Amino acid sequence: MAVIRDMMPAFELFQPTSVDEALDVLERHDNTWVLAGGLDSMDWFKDRIKRPDVVVELGSVSELTGIRASGDGLEIGAMTSLRDVVANEDVRSRFGLLADAAAQVATPQIRNQGTLGGNLIQDTRCWYYRGGWPCYRAGGNICYAGTPRSMNREHAVTGQSRCVAVNGADTAGALVALGAQMLVRSAGGERVYEAEDFFVGPEIDIERMTVLEPGDLLTHVHIPGDWAGARFYWETARDRKSWDWALASVAAAIVESNGTIERARIAINGVAPTPVRLTDVEDLIQGMPANDDTGMAAGELATRGFKPLRHNDYKVPLARNLVRRAVRGDMA
Amino acid sequence: MEILRTAPNPWGQEVLVGVAWDLLWAAAIAGFVFVVGHHLYVWIMAPKAPKTAPEPAQEVPERVERHSQASRTFHWLMAATMLTLLVTAFFPVIGVQFAWVTIHWIAGIVLTLLIIWHIIHASTKQDFWSVWTGAKEIGQAFQAAGKFLRRQPAKEERSGKYPLDQRAYHNAVTLVSLGVIVTGILMMVGVDTWFWASNPYFLSDSTWGLVFVLHGLCGVVLVTMVIAHVYFAIRPEKRWMTRSMIKGWITREEYLEHYDPDLWKLGTEPAGAELAGGSASSADPDGVVPA
Repeated sequence: MAVIRDMMPAFELFQPTSVDEALDVLERHDNTWVLAGGLDSMDWFKDRIKRPDVVVELGSVSELTGIRASGDGLEIGAMTSLRDVVANEDVRSRFGLLADAAAQVATPQIRNQGTLGGNLIQDTRCWYYRGGWPCYRAGGNICYAGTPRSMNREHAVTGQSRCVAVNGADTAGALVALGAQMLVRSAGGERVYEAEDFFVGPEIDIERMTVLEPGDLLTHVHIPGDWAGARFYWETARDRKSWDWALASVAAAIVESNGTIERARIAINGVAPTPVRLTDVEDLIQGMPANDDTGMAAGELATRGFKPLRHNDYKVPLARNLVRRAVRGDMA
Repeated sequence: MEILRTAPNPWGQEVLVGVAWDLLWAAAIAGFVFVVGHHLYVWIMAPKAPKTAPEPAQEVPERVERHSQASRTFHWLMAATMLTLLVTAFFPVIGVQFAWVTIHWIAGIVLTLLIIWHIIHASTKQDFWSVWTGAKEIGQAFQAAGKFLRRQPAKEERSGKYPLDQRAYHNAVTLVSLGVIVTGILMMVGVDTWFWASNPYFLSDSTWGLVFVLHGLCGVVLVTMVIAHVYFAIRPEKRWMTRSMIKGWITREEYLEHYDPDLWKLGTEPAGAELAGGSASSADPDGVVPA
C-alpha cells in the first residue's frame, strides 16, 4: 500500500520553454508525466504509485499562460493560475461562473500555485485508487469502492461503470455550463473538444479521466461569448468550507426573458466519473419561470436514475437540492 | 514483448491481472502471416491435385442441402455476436474509444444462449459427434501432413460432410469459445447488471487474475481464428462452401467432387441431421433440395 515518503524516485526532468518543445519531449519519450502546478503530482510520486521516467514541467512555457480575448469570448491558457482566473476582470464580469468555481478550489496558497489545466485534468480522489490498490482504474480487475462493504461515501451515484470514482475538478462543471472548448495539441496537430466531451467516463476508458492520451497537452480553454453576462449559479457542498473537494456541486448559466427561462446550461459534478450536463433539465425548464416549483421539478429530473452506493445515498437529495437552488437562483 | 500483466494486491502480493495487449498484435500478425503464407503456398508451391471426375450417381439431385435454415441462422448469428465481442473487446485497446462494456456483456450472453441452443440442437437433431475429430481423423491428419511435407497431391480421399480441416477448426473454436464463455460468465459477477450487483470478492485477487488471463488469451486466439476463417470463406476455391452457408445447398457436381457418397449418404439419415454427413453410418433424407 502507498506510504508517502520524503524522497521521490528519480526521473529525468525537462523544462521546455515552448509548446512545440514540450510536445517534442513527449513524443521522444515513453512513460512521461506533464507537470503543471505540481500540487497533485508530488503526492503521486512520493507515494510511488506513479513512477514516470520523464517529467515535463510546463512552468516556463509562457504561451500557456494568460487570459486574452478570443472572438466574442475568452481564451485561457492551461497554465494560468487559478488565482489569476479568479482575479481577472473579464472572467469576473462576463463569466463569473468560472471565477466563482475557481475561487472555491482548495486554499489561496494552492490557488496561487495550481493551474486551470491542472485542476481540470486532475485524477480522481478515490482513495482505493490513490492508495495504490490494483483497481480497474489502476489496470486491475476489481473496483474496491463499489461493494456494500466499501467506504464509498464520496463516490458516484450515477454514471458508474465498474469504477465508481468521481470527477473532483471544481472548474469542470463551470466550464461545461459555459459551453467551453478544450484545445488539445499533440505532435499530430491540434484538436478541439467541447468541455462535456473532454471528460471520459469509465464506460469508455476506465483508466483515464479525460480524452488526453500520452503525448497530448491541454493548451487552452476557450470560452465562447454565448453565455456572457447570463445569470450564473455556482454552489458546492463539501465536508469543510475550504481545502476540500465537492461532495456535489452545481454550475448553471441561465438566460431569462420576460420572467421565464429562455435558455440554460446546467452541469453537476462530484456525483459521477465525469461532470454531468443536465440536458433533459435544460429542456424541461425552458420557457418556465425560474421559481421554486420549476427548481423542484428540475431537481427531481436531474436525479432520476441515480443509483447510490452503500454509503452515499445522501448525494441524491444533495444533488436534487443543488439543482433546485440553481434553477431558482438563490441559496435561501 | 510483454505477455502477462501483474500488479500488487492490497496485501502486497504480486498477482496476475490480465494478458498484455502486445498479445493482441501478436495474434493479429499471426493471422495475417498465416493468410499470406497460405496464399503464397497455394499460388506458388502447392501440388495440383488431379480433379476427380464425378462418379455417375443418378440418385443425387441437382442441389444437395448442406446446411439447414436453423444451422445457417445459428452460424450467422454467432458470427455477428463473435464479431461484436471482438470489436467491443479490442477496438478500445487499439484506441477506438466508445462505451463498450454493456454491448460486450450483452453480446456475451447472446453468444452463450446461442451455444446452449447449438448444443441442444446438435444433440437432439443432429449426429453430435460427426463434426468432432476422432482417432481416424487424427490418422488422416498425419497422412495429410506427410503428403504436405513430401509435396504430394493431397487429393483423392473425399470426405464425409465435414472434412478434416473443418472438424479441426470446429474443435478448436469450440474449446476457445467455451473458454471465453466460462470466464466471461465468471467476470459478469464483477459487473453491475440489470439482474445483480457486482461482487468483486466472489473470487480472490489471484483467481480473478487467472480468469482475466484465460479470458484474454482465448480472446486473442479468437482474433487469429476469425482472420483464418474469413480468409478461407473468401478464397475462390472455397466459395461454394460459403455459398452453402448462405443459401443452404451445394450443387450435384460439388457434392460428387468433394464428398464420398459412402460417408455422406443422402436420404437415409434422421430428419434434420444435416451435420451427420461425416460419419460413415449417416445419411440425410433432408439433404436433397429441389433444383
